[in-house]
Amino acid sequence: MLKYIGKRLLLGIFTMFVLITVVFFGMKAMPGSPFSRDNKAIPAETLRALEEKYGLDKPVTEQYVVYLKNVVRGDFGISISKKGQQVSEIIKLRMPVTAKLGIMAFVFSVVMGIVLGVLSALTKKQWVNSVITVFTTIGVSVPGFLLSLLMMVLLAVKLKLLPVVGLNTPQSYIMPVLALSFSPVSSITRLTRSSLRDVMSSDYITLARSKGTKEFWVVVKHGLKNALLPVVTYAGPLFAGMITGSLTTETLFSIPGIGKEFTNSISNRDYTLTMGLTILLGALVIVMALVSDLVAAMIDPRIKVDK
Amino acid sequence: MSERITNEMFELLPENEKNSEFIAMESKTFLKDAWSRYKKNKLAMVGLAFLAVMVVLSIAVPMLSKYGFESQNIEIKNALPSLEHPFGTDKLGRDIFVRVMYGGRISLAIAFSSAFICLIIGILYGGVAGYVGGKVDMIMMRFVDILDSVPTLLYVILILMIFGNTIPAMLLAICFTSWIGMARQVRQQVRSIKEMEYALAATVIGASHTRILLKHLVVNAIGPIIVNLTTMVPSAIFTESFLSFVGIGLDPSIPSWGKLANDCRDLFFTFPIQIVWVIAAISLTCLSLNFIGDGIGEAFQTKKR
Repeated sequence: MLKYIGKRLLLGIFTMFVLITVVFFGMKAMPGSPFSRDNKAIPAETLRALEEKYGLDKPVTEQYVVYLKNVVRGDFGISISKKGQQVSEIIKLRMPVTAKLGIMAFVFSVVMGIVLGVLSALTKKQWVNSVITVFTTIGVSVPGFLLSLLMMVLLAVKLKLLPVVGLNTPQSYIMPVLALSFSPVSSITRLTRSSLRDVMSSDYITLARSKGTKEFWVVVKHGLKNALLPVVTYAGPLFAGMITGSLTTETLFSIPGIGKEFTNSISNRDYTLTMGLTILLGALVIVMALVSDLVAAMIDPRIKVDK
Repeated sequence: MSERITNEMFELLPENEKNSEFIAMESKTFLKDAWSRYKKNKLAMVGLAFLAVMVVLSIAVPMLSKYGFESQNIEIKNALPSLEHPFGTDKLGRDIFVRVMYGGRISLAIAFSSAFICLIIGILYGGVAGYVGGKVDMIMMRFVDILDSVPTLLYVILILMIFGNTIPAMLLAICFTSWIGMARQVRQQVRSIKEMEYALAATVIGASHTRILLKHLVVNAIGPIIVNLTTMVPSAIFTESFLSFVGIGLDPSIPSWGKLANDCRDLFFTFPIQIVWVIAAISLTCLSLNFIGDGIGEAFQTKKR
């Protein structure tokens, strides 16, 4: 087990190294520089001083080596477009906004998805099932940002129930959270439904019922525990994706989070900020994939992690 | 034994027994069989019909309509739907119906061609990895894992910035990692089919690796591959429209669906109806593709009959 975790972590570090390398040279390959974005002519003297200050006058390979050394020491450098701010400080400032929204949306998606999934797997009423199926089909197949737009037209513009943009009041969290959870709720509902249906027809469920266990405990303890495996494997990467923020949701609702900072940093050619955020996103994705594999192995001992 | 078979030993079959071994069911090829099952699925047929109408309209409407997708008429700007302009006009007096159909042309073309490119790459990559196996397979799959852990947004933006906001760059950005799912699936299929007797039989009669891979393995894995393909098209539509919507996708002069939605954002509060047309076009197209995918998936599942 420990050996497996070590192996995965080593592979993860290697992946991060490749990622940093590719993005570093990719950024340098982009036309334009951090100092040319306003189309203002900068005197050659100033430009040289600026480039010297940020170490951009050195050859690209040397910059790369210096950057790698700094990252290993945990230093992500200072942002180029935001005067003198540490990259780590910017992350500290933006991360809570995005993470708060992401965690809310994650919890909502998982709870809602499992509840709807159980409901539609166990219900005897056909209409309940049909309603849930229609909902999940739309959620899975229609792009989320379009549903968010429709929701904005309806709830904010037409009915004026909720604020349109920003995160100033508790109510203003409702729409972004819903927007983030449309498609995950649908996916989790579908996963839960199909696996719970399979599980409920197996022999040990019949055994549990014949022992006289209450139906609620049959479903929760014997059914759900075994049926949630696909949900767990889905939830790991989902969590990583959600706390790193969604560009669409942040753009639509004018939320100052990581996703927006990321796009801005690329168009500003803010090399250090882009690199810092890339490392953050990449590391989260890798770690969460590992965590969900481990949790899956904990739930289901049949899964051997170190195969 | 000197007995010889002579003609007298044979006699004609009575007329009524002549066709006794005839199989009344028409012999069907694999695809015909799948199609006959597909036809029974109502939702899938509706999806197919809608998609066909959408494709025909997006080709024909911009050609036949008297309004060009760029022809402006300021006097009738922001008009509500009428007989003259079925979807109304936008802030510059351009006919929204024509623009949505023209956008469909671009978005659908990008979606279908990127799905096709991913199909080819996925089949080749996954096929080779699954067929060769061993070390090659491991290295190929590790490479895929690494590629997969790169945040989507990052490489998409990088590609679009390096190569400009053109349609080929958009195709590259969409395809950059979309083929991975296909490759994994093909690999899985090929690995299981490889062990079947007919693959062995093909090797025994001296078929080349390429032939076994393309003629036997891929053909037998075609069902799941097609299902995967139908999920790829809507996700390509989604990626393109969302990037253009946020403003980092295609060049603003190319009116794809995402760009149209972006155009309507300024008038979101005053004329929300304008954006609804684009949303409907994208959503219904994605929905029908989803139904088609489900239909094909069921049609190819021969075991469950």
